[in-house]
Amino acid sequence: MNLLPPFDFHHVFVEPWTTEFASYGWVALMGFFVAAACGLVGNYLILRRMALVGDAISHSVLPGLAIAFLLANSRGTGPMFLGALAAGMVTTVLIEIIHKKSRVKQDAAIGITFSSLFAIGVILISKYASKVDLDQECVLYGEIVNISMDKPFAQIGSLVLGPPALVRMGVVAVLVAILIAIFYKELLVSSFDPALAFSLGINATVVHYSLMSALSIVVVSAFESVGAILVIAMLILPGATASLLSQRLPVVLGLSVLHAALSSVLGLHLALFLDCPVSGAMVVMAGALFVLAWLFSPNQGLLRRWLGARGELAEPVSEAS
Amino acid sequence: MLHISQRARRSFYFLSSILYLLLPTIAQAAKISEIGETSFTEQALRFFTFQDPAVRYALAGSMLLGISCGLLGSFIIVRRMALVGDALSHAVLPGVALGFLWNVSKDPVAIFVGATIAGLLGTVVVRWITDTTRLKEDTALGLVLATFFAVGICLIGMIQRLPTGNKAGIDKILFGQAAYLGAADVRLMAIVTAFVIVVLALFYKEFLITSFDSGFARAAGVPAQAIHYALMLLLAFAVVIALQAVGVVLVSAMLITPAAAAYLLTDRLHRMLWLAALFGLVAGALGCFASFLGPNFPTGPFMVLSATAVFGMAFLFGPRHGVVSRWLRQRSRAQRIQRENTLKAIYQVLEARDFKGESVSLRELAERRRETVEEAAMQSADLRRHGLATIHDEGNAVAVTPEGWQLACAIVRNHRLWELYLTNAAQIAADHVHEDAEKIEHVLGDEVVRELERRLAYATHDPHGRPIPSLADMQRGATAPERSREFIGYGKPT
Repeated sequence: MNLLPPFDFHHVFVEPWTTEFASYGWVALMGFFVAAACGLVGNYLILRRMALVGDAISHSVLPGLAIAFLLANSRGTGPMFLGALAAGMVTTVLIEIIHKKSRVKQDAAIGITFSSLFAIGVILISKYASKVDLDQECVLYGEIVNISMDKPFAQIGSLVLGPPALVRMGVVAVLVAILIAIFYKELLVSSFDPALAFSLGINATVVHYSLMSALSIVVVSAFESVGAILVIAMLILPGATASLLSQRLPVVLGLSVLHAALSSVLGLHLALFLDCPVSGAMVVMAGALFVLAWLFSPNQGLLRRWLGARGELAEPVSEAS
Repeated sequence: MLHISQRARRSFYFLSSILYLLLPTIAQAAKISEIGETSFTEQALRFFTFQDPAVRYALAGSMLLGISCGLLGSFIIVRRMALVGDALSHAVLPGVALGFLWNVSKDPVAIFVGATIAGLLGTVVVRWITDTTRLKEDTALGLVLATFFAVGICLIGMIQRLPTGNKAGIDKILFGQAAYLGAADVRLMAIVTAFVIVVLALFYKEFLITSFDSGFARAAGVPAQAIHYALMLLLAFAVVIALQAVGVVLVSAMLITPAAAAYLLTDRLHRMLWLAALFGLVAGALGCFASFLGPNFPTGPFMVLSATAVFGMAFLFGPRHGVVSRWLRQRSRAQRIQRENTLKAIYQVLEARDFKGESVSLRELAERRRETVEEAAMQSADLRRHGLATIHDEGNAVAVTPEGWQLACAIVRNHRLWELYLTNAAQIAADHVHEDAEKIEHVLGDEVVRELERRLAYATHDPHGRPIPSLADMQRGATAPERSREFIGYGKPT
């Protein structure tokens, strides 16, 4: 039994950047766009203790996608997007109703809602498997490898940009970054200090729903091509890793983008080595990077903790610096 | 004693039905999944006659997993750990893959051990992350969930590439296929379910108090930490035996949804456990049946939707917490208050003319209530339906019956006693007490009224100088000839 294929340096590290660049370059770029967009939004989810809301939304858009596909009978962006957005809204409303109208707590309400919607989605997909161009596994770990076959490439004038899904994701990632830059202060204040935000006249509800819409847009545009697992993981892992390394939000945002870049490139290499699903490998690398940060973090790291227990580095960490 | 014997009898019926399903037969049949196109009725018949051992295994397995998930899910719900269940159920995936790799076959025991270890490792890592870093629990849960799951996905991807070995079923682990359950699987599920039931029965008290009052548990010397990890272990067991049929992705729903439905129906943990086990069993059986009807249907989603349907019923029609029942209760209360207000208005109209005459015209009533005559007519009709009033003058006047008179007096009495109490005891000005009394008059019980009477020394008049109806007034009736004479007001009962 040969679970581990023989390690071929040329195949794993050289080919994706030389002869196979035409296909794997897009894969790495797509992984980066997804991870960066998710990571940026995810930072705020973590700060607001809503880390698992992303999990819920990325599960529950599935029936929306399936129904939109069955109604519109095409995989066009418009219907898919509307379907997923509608599903996202239904999720939010259902969670609220269950939570408000009964004594079931919010965490259980989230669990019930997203699992039911996801179940509906899976049943639709398996019932109309011949018509729907998605299969059950693809929902989970996507077909990021096929991205370069997504033709014709989008182009502006004569300038060829790349596969449409990638261009879409790139636009979303850049938009997310720009929006965060514009509303930096509002997001910052309302995430850390709702009372101060209120006194500054920042409407917390508007901020909340804008963040949720940004989340849904990111999830929907990523979902179809990379699958749920990469989205869910990247909403949490980059932010969590970066927040172990710094306490300052701008640095954390930068580090999470770096984390996104590293995990998508390293994940691609890992997938080539092990010959396994690319999105899964990207998440594994992202998790490995988290473990590294956890070990070596300057003030929350395990190494420092172990050394500190022996009497070195025992001085308290200053919060104010 | 009756209680216990009922419980024992119920368990007996339940266990015997499962044993019947497990009875071995010689009949040999194909796997469910190999069935081609057949009609709905044929499939249903085949399901319900239990001729096919594959059907029996699938159904028995589904019911067993429903029971264990429902039981342990109850603790998840009352301890508010729904997301822990979600993380745990995703974290088992790499263990499943490694268990499969143990001897490259679907050996239930190897998979069981591997998955349990992976699941427990996941919860330990979550605890470790929250203890050593500033990350919050939800973040830690999310990242453990995603990372473990991704490792599992990669391993399964690699296993599917392996040239050798029996890979049947490993790809079904994500969404579940009850049809792949074999005798060995069902035996393991039965053992684990029995173990879960025995542990819960033995340590019921400990699980109960650590779930609801950790301070008291510590004071009583219950090792809360040990109980927590025991619960995690049992939870991992329940998740792992459910994997084959429900699938990794949706197992958490089988933990949460039946138990949440049970939570809506009762306040007692032991009843909740029974109900959750029952709901889990029903959801398992229904899901198994539904997935059996289609050629390529995964089982998990159908089980989850069956559980959601049960939850929906409890959510809407639960006798105490159900939305519809609560709405009906609220509506009947609102109608009662409406009737009482109408009676009060009739009383006030009568009082304004010193109780001369029996009936009150609808116009007077409408003026008093500041409503249209049509509304007053509707309310009078409602009073008549409840035997509190009669309609006269071709529908233009209304007169109270003796019951209606008593109720009207009681409401006015409640109102005026409360006004007096507020001015006397709470020092609120007499012109500020009406609004409060308007609300409380409908909810004062007999005991409170007696207490008010005592405290107010059986006062006869309210702060505005109007007489408070007495017991004698109530008994006298609205139409007695001496009604027009002086109102005697409240006096000490003789």
